[in-house]
Amino acid sequence: MSDSFNLEIVNPEKLFLSLDNVSEVVVPAFEGDMGILKDHISIISFLKPGIVKVFTGNEVKELYVEDGIIEFSENSLSILTSRIIDIKEIKKDDLSSMINEANEALKDENLDDQKRFIANQKIDVLNRLN
Amino acid sequence: MASLDDLKKRITSVKSTQKITKAMKMVAAAKLRKAQESAEKGRPYSDKMHNIILNLSRNINDRENAPRLLAGSGKDNVHLCVVMTSDRGLCGGFNSNITKKAKSYFKKILDSGKELKIVTVGSKGFDQLKRAYKEYIIENISFKESKNVNYFDADKVGKMIIEKFEKGEFDVCTIFFNKFKNVITQIPQEQQIIPLKSEKSDDKNDVMNYEFEPEEDEILNNLLPKNISTQIFRAMLENSASEQGSRMSAMDNATRNAGEMVEKLTIEYNRSRQAAITKELIEIISGAESL
Repeated sequence: MSDSFNLEIVNPEKLFLSLDNVSEVVVPAFEGDMGILKDHISIISFLKPGIVKVFTGNEVKELYVEDGIIEFSENSLSILTSRIIDIKEIKKDDLSSMINEANEALKDENLDDQKRFIANQKIDVLNRLN
Repeated sequence: MASLDDLKKRITSVKSTQKITKAMKMVAAAKLRKAQESAEKGRPYSDKMHNIILNLSRNINDRENAPRLLAGSGKDNVHLCVVMTSDRGLCGGFNSNITKKAKSYFKKILDSGKELKIVTVGSKGFDQLKRAYKEYIIENISFKESKNVNYFDADKVGKMIIEKFEKGEFDVCTIFFNKFKNVITQIPQEQQIIPLKSEKSDDKNDVMNYEFEPEEDEILNNLLPKNISTQIFRAMLENSASEQGSRMSAMDNATRNAGEMVEKLTIEYNRSRQAAITKELIEIISGAESL
C-alpha cells in the first residue's frame, strides 16, 4: 500500500504494538485531537487522556491512553505512553477504579491547572467508555 | 586426623549445601530469563525517549532559560547519589561492585569539598553503606514486596528525586547500577540524570526540523520528569537482570566448589578407612605370629 506508514506504540514494559500498514492515526494531542496521515510534517507533541484510533485498511483499533508523547518523522509514528489499554479488553471494574483514582487526585487542593485539566479529561473519557 | 565418623558427617553436610546452591542456581536461571527479557523489552521505550529529548534539546536555542532539569540549577555544590542494589544477598560480587563504584565517587565528591547526599534503593546497598556513610544517607527505599520490577515503583523514586530537586536540595544527581552485559559480566555504571547530559553529536544532518505542539519548553517540562522515571526504571530492569545473572554464576561456582570438596573428602575418607583396615590386619597377623 502506498499511502500507509509505520506505527510503534511502546510502554515502559514492552513494545506494545508495531504495525507497518497504518493508513491513519487519530491521537488525543494536548491541544485537541489530531489526525495523522502519510507524509505528515515531522512533529512532536504530547497526549492527554483519551482514545487513540488506529486505521489499518478497513479495521479500526481503539486504545485508551493515559498520557504520552508522540513523535512523527519520516513516515514513522512513535507513541510513548505509560499506560495503554485496548478498549475491547477493558473491564468495568478497572474503569470504575480508574475513575475513582482520578477523582481522588482531584481532591488535592494544591493541584495546578494543568493537572486538574488532565484529571477532568480522564474522568470524561472514562465515563464515556463506561 | 579426623575420625571416620567426622569425615562422613562433613561429606553429608557439604553434599546438602551443594544441593541448595544447585537449586538456587536453577531458580536464578529461570528468573534470569524473565528479567533479561523484560530488560530487553524495556529498551525501546527509554531509547525513544532519549532520542526525542535529544531532538528537543537541539531545538532549544536559549540555553539560559531551558528547563532546570535539563540545564541544572547552575551550581555544583550538592551531589545526590542514588545507589541501586538488590534486596537479597548470595549473588556474588553484585552488590559490592556497585557500592565499590559508588564509594570511589563519594570519596571524589567529599575530597573536593562538596556536599554529599545518598539515597539507597534496595536493602543490601543500605547495609553496606551505612557503616561508613550513615550520616549522608537521607533515604532508604526498598521494594521487597513487589515481585517484579514495575514502572510505578520507578515512578515513585523518580517523583521523589524531582521533588527534592525542585526544593533545591541538590544540584547534581547520579545513579549507580549494574548494566547487564551477559550472565558472567555485569558492568557497574554511574549515570548522571540531573542535569541531563546530552552527548554532542557532530553530524548536523541528524537534526530534523520538527513542529512542536505546544511549544518546546512546555513539552520539555512535561517530558523531563518522565525521562527521570524512565531512566530509573531502566536501571532497575538492568539491575534485576544483572542480579539474577550474578547469582546464577555465583551459585554455579559454589556448586562446583562443593563438588570438588566432596571429592577430596571422599578420598580422605577412603584412605583413612583403608588405613584402619590395614592396621587391624597387622594387629591380627602379629597377634597370630606371637602365639
